[in-house]
Amino acid sequence: MTLLSMLVSACMQGMIYAPMALGVYIAFGILNTPDLTIDGSLVFGMTVCAYVTIAGHPVLALFAGMAAGAAAGLVTGLLQTKLKINAILSGILTMTGLYTINYMVLGGQSNRYLQSGTTASNTVFKMFSRTVNDIFGENAVGDINLLPLILSATVTAAAIAILAVFFKTRLGLQIRATGDNEDMVRSSSINADFTRILGIMTANALVALSGALLCQQQKYADLNCGMGMLVVGLASVIIGQVLFGKRGITVGLISAVAGSLFYRIVLQVAYKIDMPSFTVKLLSAIIVVAALSMPVIKNKVTELNGRRARASSGNEGSGGNEQ
Amino acid sequence: MSSRLELTGISKTFQKGTLNEKVALDNITFTANPGDFVTVLGSNGAGKSTLFNAVLGIFLTDKGRILLDGEDITFKKQHKRAGGIGCLFQNPLRGTAPNMTIEENLALAYHRHSSYSFFAVNRRDADYFKEVLSTLGMGLENRLKTKMGVLSGGQRQAASLLMATVARPKLLLLDEHTASLDPATAEKVLAITKQIVEREKITTLMITHDMSYALNAGNRTIAMDGGRIVFDISGERREAMTPDDLIKAFRENSVNSLDDRTVLTKKPL
Repeated sequence: MTLLSMLVSACMQGMIYAPMALGVYIAFGILNTPDLTIDGSLVFGMTVCAYVTIAGHPVLALFAGMAAGAAAGLVTGLLQTKLKINAILSGILTMTGLYTINYMVLGGQSNRYLQSGTTASNTVFKMFSRTVNDIFGENAVGDINLLPLILSATVTAAAIAILAVFFKTRLGLQIRATGDNEDMVRSSSINADFTRILGIMTANALVALSGALLCQQQKYADLNCGMGMLVVGLASVIIGQVLFGKRGITVGLISAVAGSLFYRIVLQVAYKIDMPSFTVKLLSAIIVVAALSMPVIKNKVTELNGRRARASSGNEGSGGNEQ
Repeated sequence: MSSRLELTGISKTFQKGTLNEKVALDNITFTANPGDFVTVLGSNGAGKSTLFNAVLGIFLTDKGRILLDGEDITFKKQHKRAGGIGCLFQNPLRGTAPNMTIEENLALAYHRHSSYSFFAVNRRDADYFKEVLSTLGMGLENRLKTKMGVLSGGQRQAASLLMATVARPKLLLLDEHTASLDPATAEKVLAITKQIVEREKITTLMITHDMSYALNAGNRTIAMDGGRIVFDISGERREAMTPDDLIKAFRENSVNSLDDRTVLTKKPL
């Protein structure tokens, strides 16, 4: 693989997982809720998408996948708000239950190729490249196929645009406020249960969109694809925050996507230096731990420097709890 | 805009049937007339905040009726009542969203009255917000795009007060809203409170532990003890009272004498 084709492939992966990063950003960043449904809703999006794609409706399949994710979010949201189950546990419960549902959607098997009989099913990626070929001629696509990247980037850009606008509307503002200060929202005329559920549904619909895109791009659905996806999403969001800083909503959305791209490029580099693929999960976990521990490490370093400076100037006594 | 709040026979017992059973509200009947500004006294555990929470709908009462402006809200859900009730708590962090701008916070509070627009924040409302913010005299009118979180406690409480009243509620409930502020800021927030309540003629209940505030603000003072209203004074009798008289009246009427946790200050008016 040339360097360029590696970069294109990494970016395409990044763009396919970008809606998931957006979803994680909405759940963790905006709603301030640790939502573990994500590992399950990604696969739910994938399996439902596979089902509808095999039935012959590739575009509808993406929306069906999103609807599935939203439904998973609805369940988690109801558990959290109406039954007052702890947020983390609600997500785990939904995710666990979804495994069975996903197994059933795939027709009682743990993975499935997108084909009916021996004919491969149509996907949005195929439709897109066919359209481009129709317009620009058969040889429009060069050695490096940019089309999947362009398609997934377009979907992601549309998602960012819609979300950026949505979070500035009254309803969007209410969802943000619910994450920012739920006490305040609860004592206002806003139905905090509703805004919270809606936020979680939006987040999971986006995560499921990633699952659906992934399903059509790799042409199969697999029950184990969801494992550790939350960590990947968090890594993307955190990397994005390191790159862009913590700013407004729109910047936050864009930085989550940038984080997703950066994460995939890092992985691609890891592959290039012959790290085996099973190291990916550990690498992701380490990236998240490193990024999350940044403020603590920074504090420790400044504290240590300050202590050293004071020690050298001969000033002792105040502060510091040496043992 | 002013409205009448009528409570008839409100009772609430927490943890009924256990050793920790606590009668928080004991058959309270009380009417706040339109435009009344009632200050509420009472030691800790007397049921003041519980009374507010009952009106706010945080829990349903065991007995009795709550009427606001003639409408029975006894069984209405919290967020459905909230449109007509503004409330403010001791903690200045509770009333505002720190990661949203002053403008967005106000837009949120104002959403039922705002001008028609696709986005929550719009020019016409912003002009109105600037106008009301300028009445605080804190320079916040020039900081609409500032995040709420960077303001001081006093500024945030003043902003919360504005948020609680900008939607012109029927009733305003203030639960020791100046208690965590420094004396000078507390005075200022109280002055702003009086100004807003007078201007908008909102029926208001204000819990305070400060006897001079209790007499200085409003037109009526009630004291609570053991879940009951033990006295209710207004008019000339109240005019003639000093903070010392008030403490005396409170002592005479309460079963539980003032405990050491109750902060009673006697400041010159």
